Amino acid sequence: MNGSGTIREMRATLVFAALGIVFMLAAPHVLQLFTIINLTTVIGLAVLALSLALIWGFGGILCFGQVAFFGIGGYAYTIAAINFGGTSWAILLAVAVACAFAALLGYFIFYGRVSDVYLGVITLTVTLILFSLMRRTSGPEFKIGKSLLGGFNGITSPPINLPWDTKALLSPEHVFYVAMAALILCFVFAGWLVTTHFGRVCVSIRENELRAELLGYDTRAYKLGIFTIGAGIAAIGGVLFCNGVGRITPDVFSLYNAALTIIWVIVGGRGTLIGPVIATFALFYLTSSLGAQSQLNNNLVLGIILIVFVLLVPKGIAPTVIDWANAKRRRGPVRRRRAVRKPEGVK
Amino acid sequence: MNMAVAGKIRTRDAVVETRGLSMHFGGVRAVDQVDFTLFDKELRCLIGPNGAGKSTFFKCLTGQLVPSEGEVRIRGITTTGAEPHQVASMGVGIKTQVPNVFDGLSTEENIWLSARRWHGQAKARTLTSDTIDRLRLGDIRRSTVGRLAHGQRQWVELGMVIAAEPWLVLLDEPAAGMTHEETARTAELISEINNSAALIVVEHDMQFIRMISRTVTLFHEGRILMEDTMDAISSDKRAREVYLGHRA
Repeated sequence: MNGSGTIREMRATLVFAALGIVFMLAAPHVLQLFTIINLTTVIGLAVLALSLALIWGFGGILCFGQVAFFGIGGYAYTIAAINFGGTSWAILLAVAVACAFAALLGYFIFYGRVSDVYLGVITLTVTLILFSLMRRTSGPEFKIGKSLLGGFNGITSPPINLPWDTKALLSPEHVFYVAMAALILCFVFAGWLVTTHFGRVCVSIRENELRAELLGYDTRAYKLGIFTIGAGIAAIGGVLFCNGVGRITPDVFSLYNAALTIIWVIVGGRGTLIGPVIATFALFYLTSSLGAQSQLNNNLVLGIILIVFVLLVPKGIAPTVIDWANAKRRRGPVRRRRAVRKPEGVK
Repeated sequence: MNMAVAGKIRTRDAVVETRGLSMHFGGVRAVDQVDFTLFDKELRCLIGPNGAGKSTFFKCLTGQLVPSEGEVRIRGITTTGAEPHQVASMGVGIKTQVPNVFDGLSTEENIWLSARRWHGQAKARTLTSDTIDRLRLGDIRRSTVGRLAHGQRQWVELGMVIAAEPWLVLLDEPAAGMTHEETARTAELISEINNSAALIVVEHDMQFIRMISRTVTLFHEGRILMEDTMDAISSDKRAREVYLGHRA
């Protein structure tokens, strides 16, 4: 882009990526195996949050069913891995299937000029249809190739293997490395994407769709593009999630999970990518530590957090921290700087 | 400004033509059988009392509304029912009545998004800073547009129109809500734009029209009542009745 703002933005992305690499390398030496496996699951969810942070926070598309693409990715990965006897192509297929599904659904939504509210309703409905559909696939007649769909119980997912050796299954620690690397790559990719011309046009559509159109941008195509990319990222999250949990079940499509994704982004903050990722980790650990005791209901606490954020920190964690830091930096010096800068612009 | 040129030169190419253009909302005929022609490099003002159909007519040209009947042709190409982005992609710069800007972005990025639509990285960057200088937006270059004053936002939008280097410019009330000096500056800008582009300007402000106008098209009840110079219109009895009379 043309301003220094974007360079700064990209710099922040790279700093967070570097912190992520440090965490990736250090965690297996410090944490217990159980925690590492658990972390893989959360990383999968964080990638899902990242995908919604991209399409909602930057693209302005409030997709209430981002878990649909996550779940489709998980199912496609598992079914393909069982049939192919290896996971490399299964991962690519998972992303491709989720993208194709999003492109088809998105085509009707965006080219049909469905309004924002109905977009939320449609995507949520599609998710819930998938939920009911997959729950009804418990009989032996429901199978794709060698893989039974398993209905309510879902399917056991094989762990990722080395690309050149399908017998060499990765250990949980190595799966953690892969997951963390995938999260970092998706994060850097998304961070780069929003600084590109394509990304800036998506942001401008979020700001004012009519104006973007009057500049000659076909907003439908841009929205469809970022929606499809978001679905691909969500599918990667789904693949990682299967590896963490070891199975994929119709529960991924539940209303609870659909809502949870929205909560992560609201708490983390729209308009940033790091916020929702951090919020996913934080809320996951909060709810799992609450799960260990019995005084407080888990969902109640989650509900209270959501209400507190919507009312008191409506921008979410990351934007609030950024605003606060900027305000602190600005106090004093900038006022002077502005006064100096003015004459040069006035001429 | 040479008023004598007004409407006399008809040998140039028509760049905008409407034939029998009508727009009905239920039983209301907002625009009724309008035949309109704009020639290359011409500057035309559309005036008329509230509800005369100027803005509806404007929206039919930009693709924001699909006319009920009739045809719109831009440089000989039929654009009736085209999407706004398709009209804009023909090299038409459009400014709407309410300032439509990207509130959350900086002045610079607003204008850059327009320049970048047509040019590569390097050219877009120079074009952006040229436009900023031309509009004297230098000291609000990095400001978030949502926080600017109304007049400045109007200019940012004009900047977006200019940065696209259009050959045809459609402006809906560009001076609305501006102070006197701002209006004068806008009039100057419009004359500048007119050096390289044909313009249609929908306007309410008589003073402003006098500053810029050559030929004026007077709308009344969805039809074109008159098409002449501002002086001729102000001295016409019918025109005064429908428009000027009730203002005074």
